[in-house]
Amino acid sequence: MDIDFMISTMKTLLAALPMTLALFALSVFFGGILALVIVWMRVSGNAAARNFAKGYIFIFRGSPLLIQMFLIFYGLGQFGFIRYSFLWPALREPFVCAVLSLALCTAGYSAEIFRFGLRAIPAKEIEAARSIGMSGFLLTRRILAPIAFRHALPAYSTEVVMMVKSTALASLVTVWEVTGVAQRLIAQTYRTMEVFLCAAIIYLLLNFLILQAMSLLEYKLTPHRRAAPLFPVPQR
Amino acid sequence: MNPTPLNQTGTTMAGTTRLSVRNIRKSFGTHEVLRGISLEARDGDVISLLGASGSGKSTFLRCINLLEIADHGEISVDGELIQMQQRGGKNVPSNRRQVDRIRSELGMVFQSFNLWSHMTILENVIEGPVHVLKRARAECIAEAEALLEKVGIAEKRHAYPAHLSGGQQQRAAIARSLAMKPKVMLFDEPTSALDPELVGEVLRVMRSLAEEGMTMLVVTHEMSFARNVSNRVIFMKSGEIDSDGTPDDLFGQGGSASFRQFIGNFGG
Repeated sequence: MDIDFMISTMKTLLAALPMTLALFALSVFFGGILALVIVWMRVSGNAAARNFAKGYIFIFRGSPLLIQMFLIFYGLGQFGFIRYSFLWPALREPFVCAVLSLALCTAGYSAEIFRFGLRAIPAKEIEAARSIGMSGFLLTRRILAPIAFRHALPAYSTEVVMMVKSTALASLVTVWEVTGVAQRLIAQTYRTMEVFLCAAIIYLLLNFLILQAMSLLEYKLTPHRRAAPLFPVPQR
Repeated sequence: MNPTPLNQTGTTMAGTTRLSVRNIRKSFGTHEVLRGISLEARDGDVISLLGASGSGKSTFLRCINLLEIADHGEISVDGELIQMQQRGGKNVPSNRRQVDRIRSELGMVFQSFNLWSHMTILENVIEGPVHVLKRARAECIAEAEALLEKVGIAEKRHAYPAHLSGGQQQRAAIARSLAMKPKVMLFDEPTSALDPELVGEVLRVMRSLAEEGMTMLVVTHEMSFARNVSNRVIFMKSGEIDSDGTPDDLFGQGGSASFRQFIGNFGG
């Protein structure tokens, strides 16, 4: 193996890492917010909202992300009301289309993960909260969300890792993130093995850090699931 | 036995009415669980609700703080009537904020403690005062620590519920209710989920509350508590009040034949 080539490849690919990180961070952020709206509709008492959420989750979980991305990138421009709307300057940008489709897709999965978290809340703990006078947003903020989030965290961390890998699809709508740059390098050098190996190492390192952070978060949030400390806990 | 009830502050006739329940009815499907129950609790009253399982005593208690909504009847807490309305053929509270406020004035202690498992004992106790009553956190912590001291688990304040015994968890749950400074305490079989050797420590806390003059409604199977701590015993049968009187009266000669048979099962 050509070490010098590997090092120069690494440098080229790492230059595209900020683009991968931007795709990832923006889509997880907006997808997470959208997922909260979807899950709120999904568990609401309103039948129209509930059915909309069910349909949304079915469509975005049930169809390939790549096709969703193509439909948004190549498809939206066909509609005059979009082409001539104030949104078009944004929507014709490949980066915006990639973030949009990644966020829409992860929102569908995350909404289901959050819903399972909500269903795992012990009814007795909700009843205790109601009995001291909590309801509505206060109940959600103080009791429902914190418990549901803890239950959802392991599954959600898998979804977050999936999102890191899904950013690779953005290369197919001409966003120059790590995988896209790797393919361009291969087209120039015909050295598939070394280039993709470097790209894989970057994704692995990135996901290693993300998974470590997620499991640290889970550890910090769940002292109640561990055995009692042998020595008294110091004052906080 | 001693004829004077242990709680001295609640000399029965004098106090103000803390809780008034009139003609509560409740059905689950076609099964009528409560068939018109009325009850009045004055300041300092300690009322034990006895009855076989299925007699409706827990449902009655849960109707008082609207964890179950009665189909019919009126409930007033400290003179304030809970507003109800008919919607879609069902009786529902018409003012959510009033329900929340009334609930914050009624302490509820559950059979299986229902502590929030992800919070420490101290966090459980200050949750209501800080977030429902919106009081200053430092002040709530000081009060909570005094309450935990009082129920005897101060050293457990930074432990999580899962790390405590059942008796300790129930005492923490009582402290959590007391932190709201309730006008009336409702106990729903507070010792039924406990190992026999842990029952005493919870009953001792309840007894000291009664002696301080707390108005209490206690669904229980603890005959000694009903007999020695409460100043009034209500025996329910098939969703109705069968016997109602002082413990001396009921455990003496005044109880009905059904009540005699019921306490006979406890060796009482």
